Amino acid sequence: MALTADDVNQIARLARLSLSENEAESFAGSLNGILDYVQKIDEVDTGGVEPTSRVARLSNVVREDRVEPSLSTEEALSNAPDKSGEYFRVPRVLEINE
Amino acid sequence: MPLEDYEIIIGLEVHAELKTESKVFCGCSTKFGAQPNSQVCPVCLGLPGTLPVLNKRALELTILAGLALNCKIAEHTGFDRKQYFYPDLPKGYQISQFDRPICYDGFIEILADDRDGNEVKRVGINRVHLEEESGKSVHSGTGILDSSYSLLDYNRSGIPLIEIVSEPDLRSPQEARRFLEELKRLLEYTGVSDCKMEEGSLRCDANVSLRKRGETRFGVKCEIKNMNSFRAVEAAILHEAERQAELLDAGEQVEPQTRGWDELTGTTVFMRSKESSSDYRYLPDPDLVDLVIDAGMVEALRENLPEMPGQKRRRYVEELKIPEYDAELISGSRNLAEYFESVVAVYNGPAKIVSNWVMGEFLRLINQEKVEIEDAKISPEEFAAVLRLVDNGTISGSVAKGVFEEVFRTGEDPESIVKRQGLAQISDADELSAVVDGIIEANPKAVEDVKSGNHKAIGFLVGQVMKETKGQANPKVVNQLLRDRLGL
Amino acid sequence: MELISKPVHELIDLLETRAISSEELVGQYLDRIEQVEPTIKAFITVDREGALEAARAVDESRRDGKAPSRLAGIPVAVKDNICTKGMATTCASEILKDFVSPYDAYVIERLRSAGMIIVGKTNMDEFAMGSSTENSAFFPTRNPWDLDRVPGGSSGGSAAAVASGEVPVALGSDTGGSVRTPASYCGVVGLKPTYGLVSRYGLVPYASSLDQVGILAGNVRDCAIMLGAIAGHDPRDSTSVKTERVDYEARLYNDIAGRVVGIPRECFGGPIDPHVTESVYAATKTLERLGARVQEVSIPTLQYALAVYYVIGPAEASASLARYDGVAFGYRYKQAEDSVSMFMETRGRGLGPEVKRRILIGTYVLSEGNYDRYFRKAMQVRTLIKKEFEQALEHCDVLVTPTTPTVAFRLGEKTDDPMSMYMSDMCTVVANLAGVPAVSVPCAKHEGCPIGLQLIGRSLDEALLLNIAYAYEQASGFEIEKASVV
Repeated sequence: MALTADDVNQIARLARLSLSENEAESFAGSLNGILDYVQKIDEVDTGGVEPTSRVARLSNVVREDRVEPSLSTEEALSNAPDKSGEYFRVPRVLEINE
Repeated sequence: MPLEDYEIIIGLEVHAELKTESKVFCGCSTKFGAQPNSQVCPVCLGLPGTLPVLNKRALELTILAGLALNCKIAEHTGFDRKQYFYPDLPKGYQISQFDRPICYDGFIEILADDRDGNEVKRVGINRVHLEEESGKSVHSGTGILDSSYSLLDYNRSGIPLIEIVSEPDLRSPQEARRFLEELKRLLEYTGVSDCKMEEGSLRCDANVSLRKRGETRFGVKCEIKNMNSFRAVEAAILHEAERQAELLDAGEQVEPQTRGWDELTGTTVFMRSKESSSDYRYLPDPDLVDLVIDAGMVEALRENLPEMPGQKRRRYVEELKIPEYDAELISGSRNLAEYFESVVAVYNGPAKIVSNWVMGEFLRLINQEKVEIEDAKISPEEFAAVLRLVDNGTISGSVAKGVFEEVFRTGEDPESIVKRQGLAQISDADELSAVVDGIIEANPKAVEDVKSGNHKAIGFLVGQVMKETKGQANPKVVNQLLRDRLGL
Repeated sequence: MELISKPVHELIDLLETRAISSEELVGQYLDRIEQVEPTIKAFITVDREGALEAARAVDESRRDGKAPSRLAGIPVAVKDNICTKGMATTCASEILKDFVSPYDAYVIERLRSAGMIIVGKTNMDEFAMGSSTENSAFFPTRNPWDLDRVPGGSSGGSAAAVASGEVPVALGSDTGGSVRTPASYCGVVGLKPTYGLVSRYGLVPYASSLDQVGILAGNVRDCAIMLGAIAGHDPRDSTSVKTERVDYEARLYNDIAGRVVGIPRECFGGPIDPHVTESVYAATKTLERLGARVQEVSIPTLQYALAVYYVIGPAEASASLARYDGVAFGYRYKQAEDSVSMFMETRGRGLGPEVKRRILIGTYVLSEGNYDRYFRKAMQVRTLIKKEFEQALEHCDVLVTPTTPTVAFRLGEKTDDPMSMYMSDMCTVVANLAGVPAVSVPCAKHEGCPIGLQLIGRSLDEALLLNIAYAYEQASGFEIEKASVV
């Protein structure tokens, strides 16, 4: 079942990407091509196979609970697109966080 | 149909900040109340290229929380990225745990809603998982919806947080409140969290649904957020249950929603529909490695687990023979319980006397002077010394209160206070005779009452002598003297 | 003295004997950059003044007998997705065009403390997504061997800079072949170390489970020297492995007689150009002459590697790149009236088409209902690939394949067909999926363009991998050939 431009827009909405109409059309085409290709993994029998999400054979890498120096507020704000005093500033938020 | 005809089904989701020095994935301080954006670094600001490294203490505290809540501890677990966009979430995902929480399948016990209030009820804990805090938004204007901009402080970003999810086992707003109180007690006891709701280090959301009594299927639930106190949780759940009952009575459907508690109006208000529920697109976080929690690690932590409040309460009543009410109150705070136990340990008399003084003078002064128990100047040794001065007759009970207060304020040795201020009890009959005679002379009416058979009036006369001697007279000796004089 | 064509190990001798100064050396390279950069366009940022100043400081410390390391004074270029304090780190993206990191990446700390001279930041495919460097938001880089062709990607700037003599050595990053593919196209040596050998702290991620910092050098020996300079445990990267320090250079000279070289059957045929196949077989003959035992092996799941890669890479990327939202750093679309439209427009305008495409794929394969079918399945196949690879490497010391199916393609040739572009990575992605080291060394030329030979080694055994690569390089005589630009 091929993705339509509408489907692409819906995915883009989840990823917070604005797309032009042309982009949505063209991405629909290329996404379908890529998804067709990757579907070949369906051929592989993966019954009982554990998924690999990391290759490092490491576990329990931890640090001690020690306070280390932070950035200065000035450094922290140095790349801010907009700020107000010691705060980062963003346009109004219409949704409620979790 | 009255609300009583419905069963209220409640499940709680509680977030508690862990009591660590540094954040969960970086070394920034977790101290509350610092200047905005002064406890941030490239990692907790989510700057490109930064990587998380787990704070060992945060893991330990999560396991401790799980043990305190009678949970099983996962042997193999790890972290996932939970994706959603929000300005206070610097990476566009929260490091959390999706399908492998560190702790699962536990319970806590609370008093159930029954007539005599003694029945213990087990409330299931579905899971406890570790995640990171988001930053804090300050909205301009009076509320989020009419603000023109928001300000962001990332000091809180990355503070370790546990999410505790209960089973939908609670059946009334009161039970929900008791659950939270017990949970708070357990988390404080184990040193897992400060649980300060006013600082936001403990937060609670409630899932509420109704069903007719006798029905076995669950109804449609709504989630309530923004409850800033235990009282608010109780009130919000009650209000929400009433709202749902009205809808059901009117033959309407309850819509699955997220609703916010509005303290001012005392109502829950619509926030968003659950139909548009977020698609979090979880994935295992490749920047963090697996956690393998072996039995040795769990056992080592279990050994560090303090005696839990319920166990203490039982021990206090059964072994120390103190009243149920005192035991409940003292065991409710770990600091108070530890203080109480230290006094009992150094004092050789009955624990009941210690609990009387703790419940009375000690807590009165703690509250009056607004000091923390751990900062109290009176040491357990001094506390016991005051009690012993009463026991061996050196001072009277009423003088002891003054001495106690003095030690509480100054930390001075009780015996030297007694010596310096000449407060020792007068038991010498010769010394007291003159005072007793004077009181008899000054209170002819009372003397008459005693003589005519009202023996209770003798108490009044004893009191007068005590007053006259500023509490230093030995009441037993005074009593005997009065009896002798009045020919009883 | 003409220094541009000299390998790093010779430059080290010249600096240590004080036959030349670092200032002189860096000066010559900066002049070379000035001369060829208008044609090649390998750099996004060149820090002429900073480089010369650092070179003078190294000269001074060396005069006092306090040179911080033997690499002190050697110029190096760094891919622009590795964070450098005080110098922009753009990832070749509009969204980070003005971003200046307040911290240095681990590898940058290592280079600086070794006294190496960072001359600038190199061009790349935006966020390391691409195989041609055409996805840079700023400009494409050209292949020094044929200016109409791409240098490969995504570390195309670093490869082209080394190939055209703008720097003797450079750092890149490799997620699915991004060091080895441009090394192959530009006729230089490109090493992707074992996952975890080099800290990723400060490497801006594309896909964290696949990313590694890599090296582009003129020859294997220089590559070995550089690896020694950047490998090591870093407590700030949880995936960083603790290993003994290895003198990779000293291990280059071991005899490779008796070593077993495996040729995976699945890496030939199909879209592989016959000239490439022929060159790789010729290379195996050279290895045989050196006493190696060459044998064919079969790794059946290899045919699924690219498909697995194009699920896992985009999935991780969709999360890793969620932070570019215009809130705390980077570009913001300032006309937005609320935060959601700020997110949408900032990302929609600040990110290029290939990045958006991969974010869309990643979002799709992780979204409700697709996770098991695509993402979990891909992770399971990854397990099988890794296992088959490890089995093959139990009896083979290295596996040998073409690095890329063809020589460098022409600019614009594949930009309209993402799938054909993705095919460039078909031989390289597997090393990232399995986390093993791999190196590309030049082995032939076709149509005047270099062909790369890929050698894949055992986990954490870079010493043996480089030993075999070096033996081959010495026997094949491809060393030091620089492209004659302009």
